[in-house]
This record gives sequence, structure tokens and C-alpha cells, in this order.
Amino acid sequence: MASGRDDFIIAVRSAFLKKSNKQQFSLLALIIFSIILIFLSNLNFVGIKYLKTGINEATYRISALVSYPEKKINDTIIFFSDYFNAYKENQNLKIKIDKLNNNNLNYIYLENENKRLKEIVGENTSISEGIISRVLIDKDGKFLKSIILNKGSKDGIKIGMVVLEKNYLVGQIIEVNYTTSRAILISDLNSNIPVVIEPGSFQSILSGSGKDYGLIKYSKKELNLDDNSIVYTSGSGGNFRAGVPIGKINDQIENLAVQFFSDLSQLSYVKIQSIEVKGD
Amino acid sequence: MVQKKINLKNKVLKYFPLILLYFSVLNEFDFDVANIGLLSFNLPFIIIFYWSLKDPDQIGNGLIFFSGILNDVTLGYPIGVSSFIYLTIIAFASYLRNITLRPNIYKDSLVFLVAILFANSVNSLILSFVFSIEINYFEIIANITFTFLLYFLFARIFNYLKPIGL
Repeated sequence: MASGRDDFIIAVRSAFLKKSNKQQFSLLALIIFSIILIFLSNLNFVGIKYLKTGINEATYRISALVSYPEKKINDTIIFFSDYFNAYKENQNLKIKIDKLNNNNLNYIYLENENKRLKEIVGENTSISEGIISRVLIDKDGKFLKSIILNKGSKDGIKIGMVVLEKNYLVGQIIEVNYTTSRAILISDLNSNIPVVIEPGSFQSILSGSGKDYGLIKYSKKELNLDDNSIVYTSGSGGNFRAGVPIGKINDQIENLAVQFFSDLSQLSYVKIQSIEVKGD
Repeated sequence: MVQKKINLKNKVLKYFPLILLYFSVLNEFDFDVANIGLLSFNLPFIIIFYWSLKDPDQIGNGLIFFSGILNDVTLGYPIGVSSFIYLTIIAFASYLRNITLRPNIYKDSLVFLVAILFANSVNSLILSFVFSIEINYFEIIANITFTFLLYFLFARIFNYLKPIGL
């Protein structure tokens, strides 16, 4: 019995402390070092911040290069799938264009009315022109859904700026380096956005599900929503401009699920905007 | 000329596990081509476990530690988390190496399953309790399952490559 325990202790000690000729560090030393790093990361230690920024710059570029072949394979598959669906899609698009042309007339009228009302209320929302940025890496990890963009602090990017694709909200900047930045996607479990659901003007919070759709949370107990109700940013909290379309309610996926207008797995170029709301 | 070619081939083969590890870490290889759904696996875990078990001198502990740092940066995790997880995988492999007299793929894979379950549990604990990051547990379980199943395939490939030049 004692011999078995001794064998176990010897095996464990050997695993953690013994290093062969070619090994520079023992396992135990590296484990202690990594625990110190985690501890310092948790405390937001300044040195770790600089270390991370330094490594980020180099790693993002290399990672984009390494991911290039896989990205190309994905693009090719999507190209062929689009090609075979072209006719059917063309017919659907013709119907959609007709509808949109009708809606456009209403839209112009409502936009002007909205501007006039905001002037009366005294709210002045200034929106930057937007910076077009290329998506360097769009790999979603098991724990974090995010994208790396090729614009950083030297281009005026700041934490909190919104990320749009074709005027649809897709995420928000959470980390800025000198030439690159990271945006958390609206599908991430940690993403929570104040939204308004139209028609009905229901105020709520849209949370990411970790998959390719969002979920409406923290809303009134009974929501009478159509299956095609549209979800817009509400502008509450001042992080987002009000009225940015995000997606539509689709109960077929899950109860109160939001199907995003943008395909978050196929982002190539995005627009980064800053929003300043100045009210009385 | 022929000698030079052979040298280059030998060098590539010699550093193959290291190149594959860094490629998978920087690419975060999760086999999500054509939206196969939950089919994702953790290639770094397989590489680290296999080579730490069969030939620990092939990839140094320091290089594995550094690959963890790069993984954290690529995925946006707090620095040090992946390094710690990778080192726990090495610890399991080293322990198994020390107590094994006759290597057996089934015994190896069983310890590998325990190692990845432990590593992913620790990873989830650190991320959710220390850094308050929400986690999709179902996705992680699927990832663990596929990583375990694919260990057999990759172990066979690495076994085949070993006598060639590794």
C-alpha cells in the first residue's frame, strides 16, 4: 500500500519537476508563472496590458495570414452554393425590390418628420461618418464570439464604438491596439443591447445566445409579437444610436429568438461608427 | 542538391509537430468549414498530449506555454489561461509516461479523456468565475467529444509519421 503511494508520488514529482536535456523549463515553474499571469490579468496590471497590446499587433497579422487558406475554402463553398441558388434568389429579389420601392417613399417622409421632432425635443445626435474596416480574423472561439479588425487607435478607433455591416448592427469595439482592434459580436453570450421591438415599441434587452441568433430577455411578461417584428437599438444607455436595425423575431428558432439581418459568420468589411448623444 | 532537399525535408518533418501546433493555435482550427454545426475539436490538445507522451523533447514546455499565450491573444481570453490549460495537459501526459511500461492506445486515450475533461473544466471555471465570461457548456461538451474521438485518428497519423523522420 505504502509502496503504491510512493510510486504515485514519485511519478507526480517526476512529471512536474524533472526536465530532460532539451527542456529549458520545468513544468511546475511554468505552471506557477501562468498562474501569476492569470492573477495579474485579473487585476488589470499595466504591464500585462502593454504585453498584450504588443503581442496582439504581431499575432493578429500572422493569424490572419494563417487563417487565409481556410477562409478561401469557405468563400469557395459559399460561392458555389450562391451560384446554384442564383435563379431562385433573383425571383425573390425582384419581389423584394418592388416592396422596397414602395416603402422608400414612406421612409423619406418619416425621416424628415423624425428630424423635425428631434429638433423640437432638443436632442442632437452626432454620428461620425464611419471608418470602413476589413475583418482580419472572424474565428469564433468556444467562449468568445469576436472579430479582429484592421483599424486601431491610429485611425481614431475607440472602445465602445459600434460596428455595422450594411447599416445593420453587428457588434461593438471592446479592445483597441495601435493598428488593430477587436469587436465583440452581438451573438456573443456576453453581449447585451437595449432594444426596441416594432411594431408595439416594446423596450427590452437583446442578449447573444452563443449561436447565430440572439434572444430577447428582461422584457415585459407578455409580449404580443408578430413573427416578423423588427428589433432596433433603443438608444437607452447612450452606447448605441437609436433605430439601428438588428434583426427580426423568429419564434421558429426558439421562443423570442432574433434572427440577425447580417450573417455574422461571413463578415468581410464593416463600418465602425462613434455616436455622441447630446440632449438637454 | 539532392542532399539539400533531404535536409530540408528532414527539418520540416522534425519541426512538424511544432509547426502544426502553432498553425492550429493561430488559426484556432475548429473545423467549421461549411457550417457542419457542432463539429469542432481542439487540435492543440491532441498535439500537446500526444507529443508530451511519446516524445517530450519534440516540443518544449516553454514553446507550449508560449503557444498558449498566442491562443489567448487570438481568441481574446485573459493572458495566461490557455498556457495554464496546456500545461495541465502536459502534466497528465507526463504522469502517464512515468507510470506506463507497455504503451497502449486505449489506455492513452482514456487518460486523454480525463485530461481534456479536467482542462476544459478548469478553463470554464477560470473564465466564468474569475473573469465573468458567460459560456455555452453544450458547445464545450460537443468539442470534448469530438476531440476525444479524433485522438485515435491523429494518434495513428502521428504514429505513422514518427518512423519517417520525427
